[in-house]
Amino acid sequence: MLTKSTHDIAASFSRRGLLAATAGLMLGLASITGAKAADDTIKVGVLHSLSGTMAISETTLKDTILFLIDEQNKKGGVLGKKLEAVVVDPASNWPLFAEKARELITKDKVAVVFGCWTSVSRKSVLPVFKELNNILFYPVQYEGEESERNVFYTGAAPNQQAIPAVDYLMKDEKVKRWVLAGTDYVYPRTTNKILEAYLKSKGVAQEDIMINYTPFGHSDWQTIVADIKKFGSAGKKTAVVSTINGDANVPFYKELGNQGIKAKDIPVVAFSVGEEELAGIDTKPLLGHLAAWNYFQSIKTPANEKFIKEWQAYTKNPKRTTNDPMEAHVIGFNMWVKAVEKVKSTDPDKVIDALPGIEAPNLTGGTSKMLPNHHITKPVFIGEIKGNGQFDVVWKTPSLVPGDAWSKELDGSKDLIGDWVEKKCGNYNVKTNKCLGSGS
Amino acid sequence: MLANLPARLCALALSLFLIAFALPAFAGPFEDAVAKFANDDFSDTDEAIGVVASSGNKLAFPIISALQDGRLMADPDSKKVYVVGADGKSIDAATGEPVASVPDSASAVRLNNRLRRSVDAALGSLTLQSPDLAVRLQAAQSVFKSHEETALEAVDGALAKETNKSVKVALGEARAAILLFKSDATEVEKLEAVATLKARGDQEALALLTGMGDQPASVTKAAASAIGSIQSSLAVWSTVQNAWYGLSLGSVLLLAAIGLAITFGVMGVINMAHGEMVMLGAYTTFVVQEVIRTRYPALFDYSLLIAVPLAFLVSGAIGVLIERSIIRFLYGRPLETLLATWGLSLVLQQAVRTMFGPTNREVGNPSWMSGAFELGQITITYNRLWILCFTLAVFAILLAMLRYTALGLEMRAVTQNRRMAASMGIATSRVDALTFGLGSGIAGIAGVALSQIDNVSPNLGQSYIIDSFMVVVFGGVGNLWGTLVGAFTLGIANKFLEPVAGAVLGKIAILVLIILFIQKRPRGLFALKGRAVEA
Repeated sequence: MLTKSTHDIAASFSRRGLLAATAGLMLGLASITGAKAADDTIKVGVLHSLSGTMAISETTLKDTILFLIDEQNKKGGVLGKKLEAVVVDPASNWPLFAEKARELITKDKVAVVFGCWTSVSRKSVLPVFKELNNILFYPVQYEGEESERNVFYTGAAPNQQAIPAVDYLMKDEKVKRWVLAGTDYVYPRTTNKILEAYLKSKGVAQEDIMINYTPFGHSDWQTIVADIKKFGSAGKKTAVVSTINGDANVPFYKELGNQGIKAKDIPVVAFSVGEEELAGIDTKPLLGHLAAWNYFQSIKTPANEKFIKEWQAYTKNPKRTTNDPMEAHVIGFNMWVKAVEKVKSTDPDKVIDALPGIEAPNLTGGTSKMLPNHHITKPVFIGEIKGNGQFDVVWKTPSLVPGDAWSKELDGSKDLIGDWVEKKCGNYNVKTNKCLGSGS
Repeated sequence: MLANLPARLCALALSLFLIAFALPAFAGPFEDAVAKFANDDFSDTDEAIGVVASSGNKLAFPIISALQDGRLMADPDSKKVYVVGADGKSIDAATGEPVASVPDSASAVRLNNRLRRSVDAALGSLTLQSPDLAVRLQAAQSVFKSHEETALEAVDGALAKETNKSVKVALGEARAAILLFKSDATEVEKLEAVATLKARGDQEALALLTGMGDQPASVTKAAASAIGSIQSSLAVWSTVQNAWYGLSLGSVLLLAAIGLAITFGVMGVINMAHGEMVMLGAYTTFVVQEVIRTRYPALFDYSLLIAVPLAFLVSGAIGVLIERSIIRFLYGRPLETLLATWGLSLVLQQAVRTMFGPTNREVGNPSWMSGAFELGQITITYNRLWILCFTLAVFAILLAMLRYTALGLEMRAVTQNRRMAASMGIATSRVDALTFGLGSGIAGIAGVALSQIDNVSPNLGQSYIIDSFMVVVFGGVGNLWGTLVGAFTLGIANKFLEPVAGAVLGKIAILVLIILFIQKRPRGLFALKGRAVEA
């Protein structure tokens, strides 16, 4: 009951906002073409949790898509039609994600869906998108080891975030000892497996790697921080690679600060801590701890400054932060618009075929490209936390890094590639020249 | 010869003229180094720190300390560098001349972790003889950490003059750290260094001893025995530390559960919205801090003291409201109470999410709750210590209230035998409402404390509800002392299991143990006895 009503409220709200924003234009159009029904809009599904544990992160992404649709409609929409957002609330409930996805595609007949955050929600909707043949844009950094025909991954694969971050620590900070700390679920476990293999390939001994998992929402970090301190006192430069998820980071960093672990002694590089997460903490004790992303709000480019200004005006909040998954949605949305305009149709099959090769500018000054494996090229930045809750970029990759669907570090996947252009296969084995298909 | 004179004079004048113009370029290594700060390049900055620190120039200290605090401004266009004083006055970093204002194009020289270490090391050797005792101690410690050979002279100089005992010890340790890594130090010096570090006996000494690399055989042997003795003493300390962590976790569990011990334990209401009362208390703290930040910044350190009574009132009032409007119709129907309060908890969460937004809210730590102090070889953080004291105080007050006040007497009477109490003239429904309000209010107080260590988000309550029920059931329903013992037992057991089994398995193990325990003793640790149980 609750979720149903939230859905209705959200949907009607978005429609109202859309109407208000484009009222003038609509009026002008209506006078020429006469009153038209809602059939003449292209529907865009937004599948992000607006309640429950993930609401903290996903609500912003819902707003991002509404903002992008609003901007696109101001430019005249797509193919001469207005875009219309259909917002549903899967309520951080993984099976509900699949139900809501089905509802979006069959009932609301959306042309494309932007959504999901956690890997488990993505895995939950996958069969629905395959069965009903629709498109999902997934904007969050994830563990890789996947390439599906119906999904476009605009967030970072491990080689676009984790590996460059470790390289930076190894070269610039001369780190010899590693703590891999994460929340106990699929993304940290896979990422840490990849990192462990990578570190060992670089000659790091087993005893110099400590792996630690904690439950979701862990709040008592005393023992683990003390363990890290102990692990760091073996006479070798130590760093923590953190895949700790969202909420649990705040007490973790607080404990680090209180126990006096400074970034200059043991730096922590995080893959899930962005501007949004830092908004809830006093960042002064965290000065110098690191995060690896493909985008930071503090990056000064004309495109980024324009985006932040418009976003803050749209949300009527001059302090509203921007973050990495938001940028991924911006890129994904623009790529979809370009692909639709290229094939002059919103038919999923045509758009899926048109998307690889499409380029769209990212907000940090480069041009990202959709690859045949449905991942995109992205720059990688390492930022240090500053006192004001923003990041200061201390390092970046010289060029854009293409996303690997399958990790080269893991035995099970190093021979696999995803190629939906020539091979029409998401898990093609280049050694045996065979497509493993969906059976694996 | 003479005929050449005008030409020679001319050449001399020309070269003087050239020198005069080119002077800034030959201005000496110090000025050159200072100009490098304007390059916005981390390795240039690193080089500049080294040169400036060892230049002996009296501007070295102001420059490096300004760099540390982000007060060193550099103009990338003119390559000029300025030191902005703490009082707002600025000087040219190269010359020391006062300047009227720093140009707008100048920005603070950026640092990264590597540079912060260089800055610390540089400041350490520059401030070893500072008149301020705390600064000297800090300096000795940063030299100990960086243990660079170049600092040895400064350390020896400072040691000769130092009169304070603890700074002397710290300097001695810094000297030992340097000598241990100095390749041309004598064997005797190194053996002394090992002995000094052994006496220090903490993790940092251990780090130095394990990472010292190739050494003469006698030193390696001495170091091995020092490492052994430090490790065994640290092992004892780590047990003490686990016990402390256990007490601290226990106090958090107790604080979260104590309100539930009233609503569920004493009244028997399965209150799934208990966590949300805690959450409301945390949000009250946030609102109090917001008001203080914008209106009365000076009061920030008292924000928690102000928030405690307010949180009690907010959560308590909402508790009374809930009892009057929902729960009183559901007494004696546990399943419906459970569902109703569960629904209520969702409503409260969503209401807070709508009002305050889904993102975490920042609740700051007052200065007296930040940081830590060392007790032997363990670190005790102030926030945990205060929460432990606070929890025990709340517990004592609650116990006294139930024991010595009229309301407390009525509460006990009503919960033990409702009909008898009613026939003695106690307004039982009023007492019910007040009891529920009391339990909720105490949950609100818990929220104030928990806002200091956890996220203030709409989901705050959910992470505590299971633990709270666990504590109350384990301790024995209806018995406050049981809740106390239960919370500390679970906390300590958890913290001794965690290093062995890991956080995830540790939690599972605790749950399994509780289930087994409840099989054996269904009424918990301290079961209520007597006729009240049957009622």
